[in-house]
Amino acid sequence: MNVTRRQFLKVTAAGLGSSSLAMLGFSPQPTLAEIRNFKLARTTETRNTCPYCSVSCGVLIYSLGDKSKNARAEIVHIEGDPDNPVNRGTLCPKGAGLLDMIHSANRLKHPEVREPGASEWKRITWDEALDRIARHMKADRDAQFIKTNADGVTVNRWNTTGFLASSAASNEAGYLTHKVLRGLGVVTLDTQARI
Amino acid sequence: MTNHWVDIKNADLVLVMGGNAAEAHPCGFKWVVEAKASRKAKLVVVDPRFTRSAAVSDFYAPIRAGSDIAFLGGVIHYLLANDKIHHEYVKAFTNAAFLINDGFQFENGLFSGYDAAKRKYDNATWQYQIDGQGFVKIDETLQSPNCVFQIMKRHYARYTPEVVSQVTGTPRADFLKICEMIAETAAPNRTMTICYALGWTQHTVGSQNIRTMAMIQLLLGNLGMAGGGINALRGHANVQGITDQCLYSEVLPGYLSAPADADKTREEYLAKRTPKPLRPNQMNFPQNFPKWHTSLMKAWYGSAAKVENGFCYDWLPKKDAAYDVLALFERMHQGKMNGFVCQGFNPLASVSHKAKVSAGLAKLKFLVVIDPLATETAEFWKDYGEFNPADPAAIQTEVFRLPSTCFAEQDGSFTNSGRVIQWHWKAADGPGEARSDLDIIGGLFARLRALYAQDGGAFPDPVLGLAWPYRIPRQPHPEEVAMEINGKALADVTDPKDPTKVLAKAGEQLAGFAQLRDDGSTASGNWIYCGMWSQAGNLTARRDPADLTGLGQTLNWGFAWPANRRILYNRASCDLAGKPWDPSRAVIKWDGAKWGGNDIPDMRPDARPEEGVMPFIMNPEGVARLFAPERMVDGPLPEHYEPFETPLDGNPMHPNNPKAVSNPAARVYPGDLETFAKAKEFPYVATTYRLVEHFHFWTKHSLLNAITQPQQFVEIGEELAREKGIANGDRVRVRSTRGQIVAVAVVTKRLRTLEVDGRKIHTVGMPIHWGFRGVTHPGYITNTLTPFVGDANSQTPEFKAFLVNIEKA
Repeated sequence: MNVTRRQFLKVTAAGLGSSSLAMLGFSPQPTLAEIRNFKLARTTETRNTCPYCSVSCGVLIYSLGDKSKNARAEIVHIEGDPDNPVNRGTLCPKGAGLLDMIHSANRLKHPEVREPGASEWKRITWDEALDRIARHMKADRDAQFIKTNADGVTVNRWNTTGFLASSAASNEAGYLTHKVLRGLGVVTLDTQARI
Repeated sequence: MTNHWVDIKNADLVLVMGGNAAEAHPCGFKWVVEAKASRKAKLVVVDPRFTRSAAVSDFYAPIRAGSDIAFLGGVIHYLLANDKIHHEYVKAFTNAAFLINDGFQFENGLFSGYDAAKRKYDNATWQYQIDGQGFVKIDETLQSPNCVFQIMKRHYARYTPEVVSQVTGTPRADFLKICEMIAETAAPNRTMTICYALGWTQHTVGSQNIRTMAMIQLLLGNLGMAGGGINALRGHANVQGITDQCLYSEVLPGYLSAPADADKTREEYLAKRTPKPLRPNQMNFPQNFPKWHTSLMKAWYGSAAKVENGFCYDWLPKKDAAYDVLALFERMHQGKMNGFVCQGFNPLASVSHKAKVSAGLAKLKFLVVIDPLATETAEFWKDYGEFNPADPAAIQTEVFRLPSTCFAEQDGSFTNSGRVIQWHWKAADGPGEARSDLDIIGGLFARLRALYAQDGGAFPDPVLGLAWPYRIPRQPHPEEVAMEINGKALADVTDPKDPTKVLAKAGEQLAGFAQLRDDGSTASGNWIYCGMWSQAGNLTARRDPADLTGLGQTLNWGFAWPANRRILYNRASCDLAGKPWDPSRAVIKWDGAKWGGNDIPDMRPDARPEEGVMPFIMNPEGVARLFAPERMVDGPLPEHYEPFETPLDGNPMHPNNPKAVSNPAARVYPGDLETFAKAKEFPYVATTYRLVEHFHFWTKHSLLNAITQPQQFVEIGEELAREKGIANGDRVRVRSTRGQIVAVAVVTKRLRTLEVDGRKIHTVGMPIHWGFRGVTHPGYITNTLTPFVGDANSQTPEFKAFLVNIEKA
């Protein structure tokens, strides 16, 4: 018996459960079973962690493309990772919206500057942005660096440029940030984790 | 967390207080549901609001925001007065029997040693009595008036059920019912777990809130047990990891206290941080501090760090003052800061007293915001009408906005609040030109180093000498950095007991922190993470969900710090002979030759029970501190103090001492004291909270979340609504002394009016998730209203209890 998906839905809507349908000796064409596969068949699965609260649920991210060079992957679906021993495949209402955060219209796409007194952003290149920031930092460090305190003790600190670190950054990004900041002599650093 | 998410299923009683796990941590809360379903565990919720956690509880009691210590102090009193404690545990594993200095006193709300002018304590009189050999004197009978047990008993004798009810507004019968339920877990084979979060930390007595609970867990013998512990549920996916990497001024990675001006030389610095044991035979694990610190210096400064130059000790900046986030904005507000970088942090929205933060940012020369999203902070200068009135022409701050990738667009590890480090993989590139945080920091540092190499400048040595072994210097790879955090042998590391035995060959990744040395032969960027990437590879990427323990330990899933240990202090899950208090939930046990079982023992593996090596190995006394002679700046025992904005006339515990109304040791900046409201003008207690549909100020950029909770609201109880003539759906104005917000009123039965100290107290609940950027309806930043004052110990701002007034807009 040949049943399309639409017909099948009509039949089940008429009151027959799918299991009893199977008992009648026929099952719908593979198109039904493929509703889910159809969507994700061509995607690549990547294991990741929900960035919101620190239950840190395991997630599976599905992206179009096979991640080869020149093939720009596009994330099309995210769901809970059933292997993860804590969330066991579930996601909460926050995590259920992850796809929309990744694709938010408010994602920043290129470096910008707002010049002193200006009322709008201006797009700049990464090179210009990092060069200007590095020069600002060096000028402030060179002018404000404290080599010794009033008692003549070597203190080698810089406390006029501050840094607030993210709790959403990875351990690796956090560690490297810390290493660089202390290397520059920064003591004015704090983290979101405090609040 | 001392324990971990899945372990909650092993509890007999779950207390949710100072948090709302059902809404803030829904997928972790399933383990509470599991405990209820499988173990017939009971859930108790204590909260100012009848939350969704309360909705599925077995018992709920309301409490006035900011009075948790009064409640928990009352629980301590109940346990001691009714002899509902785990005697053997308390006597052996805590400092109950330790003798305290004769000069210790608590009088009229203040501990001995208080200096009112400095708002500081001198803790000299809080110290242990020491014998001739340098060990603490103890009284095993627990009868000496100077022993901790008796001091504690006297201290909490004041916290009777009547006083608790008077201060907290919790009905007396409700309080006693909860005490009875908690007391049942004093039995050696019963455990209670506590799930708390920002509802305890965001108070000026935040650290002491948590200490009070830790004391209760110790009295009941619930620390170290499966289904027990002290469990902070926490915020972002890597809030634990960033705390461990210690991106704050006071400490270096792995909680190594950072040098201050007083630590003139490396020797002085190390000596102060390397304690001697305070009781015989104790592990006194911090005695290894020099190994951890020296290995960090080798990871940071590489071959430049030598014995001759004290491993570059002088290259480390020394700290002279507080530089926490409130202190930073205070300095900024005073015009003492020139530059500022916000990496994935939106302080205009998330720090208290928005007007002060905004005025501070306007005084900067330059501000750099690194974020995947358009944050409010990056546009503090832009006019968004009523939500952010500003005059850009008047603000001279040069603002850079750099696009970063998000979790899905990078490799790396996150550490969950159960201390499990888990690797994640990149699924796609970020949008446009977005770069990872590693690339941004790498790119910035490469430029700074080139400028110093070319032009010189102030003390260039550490800038030029910083170890930078990454294959692409501008783009350190996450795997390279993870391997550096773990650490490696720089020379062959041999067994101290048998120098012919090589534990790690030069160049090999280290297997754990036991292999770290203080002679420069090892490098490790964070000693507590040592073991995450050994010669066996990246253990954080392990994905074996098998649980052979039945306790949910999954020892081959990811890597938990320290040493893959899943339950901290697990030696305390056994009696003195090494037998589990509850064999049905054995974590570890002594098998006659060594410690082992369902976890990595938190104990020297060959420490025979008769040696008396106690479980709290990070304390030089080997036992847990019911009484804290050091480290707490506001007292060795928790005491109830009112929030800085109290709805009462004073502290009902100390009605005659104006110095003891609010935390006497909390830091208050000049100018902020004047902004604290009085109840006459601002009579309602406000408390901020979070919704299940949103995460902080992040998901307002996500359409699905915005659809589910599109518009800002405040929640009030029916009685207050009646008094003020406010109906459900009316627009209301909420004012504090620092500003005002306008939002829709939601009138519910969830916020009850409480009877406190002879008067009616109404509470205004305020979800925090809106701002002037996002795909929700624009809203006001709730922190427009909150006070600029923090916990005396941690400086976490008091977002959870302050005063407002409310009227129809």
